[in-house]
Amino acid sequence: MTAAETAAREYDVVIIGGGPAGLAGGLYAARGRHRTLLLEKGVIGGQIALTELVENYPGVPTVNGFDLAQTMLKQSESYGMETEYTAVSALERTGDKWRVKTDAGDMIAKTVIVTSGAEYNRIGVEGEERLTGKGVSYCATCDAAFFKGQDVAVVGGGDAAMDEGIFTSRYADNVTVIHRREKLRASAILQERAFANPKMDFKWNTVVEEVLGDGQVHAVRLRDVVTGAESELPVGAVFIFIGQHPNTDFLKGLVKMDPGGHAIVDEWMRTDKPGLFAAGDVRQNSARQVATSVGDGVTAAIAADHYISDKFTHATVQPASAVAD
Amino acid sequence: MAKPADVNDKEWDQEILKSDLPVLVDFWAPWCGPCRMVAPIVEELADEYSGKVRFYKLNTDDNVETASKYGIRSIPTLLVFKDGQMVDQLIGFRPKSDLKRSLEKALS
Repeated sequence: MTAAETAAREYDVVIIGGGPAGLAGGLYAARGRHRTLLLEKGVIGGQIALTELVENYPGVPTVNGFDLAQTMLKQSESYGMETEYTAVSALERTGDKWRVKTDAGDMIAKTVIVTSGAEYNRIGVEGEERLTGKGVSYCATCDAAFFKGQDVAVVGGGDAAMDEGIFTSRYADNVTVIHRREKLRASAILQERAFANPKMDFKWNTVVEEVLGDGQVHAVRLRDVVTGAESELPVGAVFIFIGQHPNTDFLKGLVKMDPGGHAIVDEWMRTDKPGLFAAGDVRQNSARQVATSVGDGVTAAIAADHYISDKFTHATVQPASAVAD
Repeated sequence: MAKPADVNDKEWDQEILKSDLPVLVDFWAPWCGPCRMVAPIVEELADEYSGKVRFYKLNTDDNVETASKYGIRSIPTLLVFKDGQMVDQLIGFRPKSDLKRSLEKALS
């Protein structure tokens, strides 16, 4: 045995990613008295941690996304779920278990639930990367306050773009929404609010060609996709919300995926590999809502529980004393 | 547990630029969700690097002058100083390992 193997910690369920899917899965796994570890490389809550207000999670009229995630974390931990803040580099089958390689050492798991979520897309234009944190932002709730009294742009036409545009209008003098189509994809209620917002206006059929600025953003260069006409819009910031891609790099070649990199799962969130589940935004055809991710995570945890009882005759049951009050 | 001290615009030069040890400053604001995740990591590091690196936090709502002087347009942002010079800038939430790497570099 190598030193790494000696040191590897053993779990029944290792959950990769601390968003709503992972937190909900962790709750069920821990309540099932499985030794459960949640791994998170960044912020608990994932995308919702950056959401000012969650208004569509049933039973919770309005809540700050970060606070909702913290509540979920405390709830799951109260039943014995462990949490570790580290990134996963690889996942390997070892015998009838999984080896999860992380920056904090290896973990051995009977089952793994991948809930690593999705990350925002970049436009991929000149100036975008160079000026990130200098006016280019992917999180209005983090950065909008720095642009008090300025004009800003929001790129995108979905729920996130409208939510963040409305939030940004609390600080900015004017918010120009730049959308490549001629109508929004956002839900009707968010569209109504955005159209009614006196500080927000809209540039349709328009894409960003370049972010301009020397040290700080001072404008975006735009192109009308219908006429081809180019223009410059002076702004102090550009907030970008143009969709997302799943965080599944460490699963490449390991499980079946769709062309977009989402894991293909069955209705029990099972991938094509034994004891390996995927839930939430990482899976194919996710509705990408807090409520659906929570449902996915719970489904995966129940499926993992069944898998453990089927495959391992001596399923670890924690003594009651090992579980926090 | 060692807690990062608050620093403000007025104390900046004395505490940060004139420090005999390398300094890490956590730029944060009460409304910033990810900042609340960075804080406990910075506290852990303050313990681990006690006596080697000084740790401060600066509230960007109350200290606009310093925040704008360093072009802070996104928080959390961590700045690392050595001998009065900014030697590293970490924008957004970063895992602890990134922060340690940055501190090790400043110490070397």
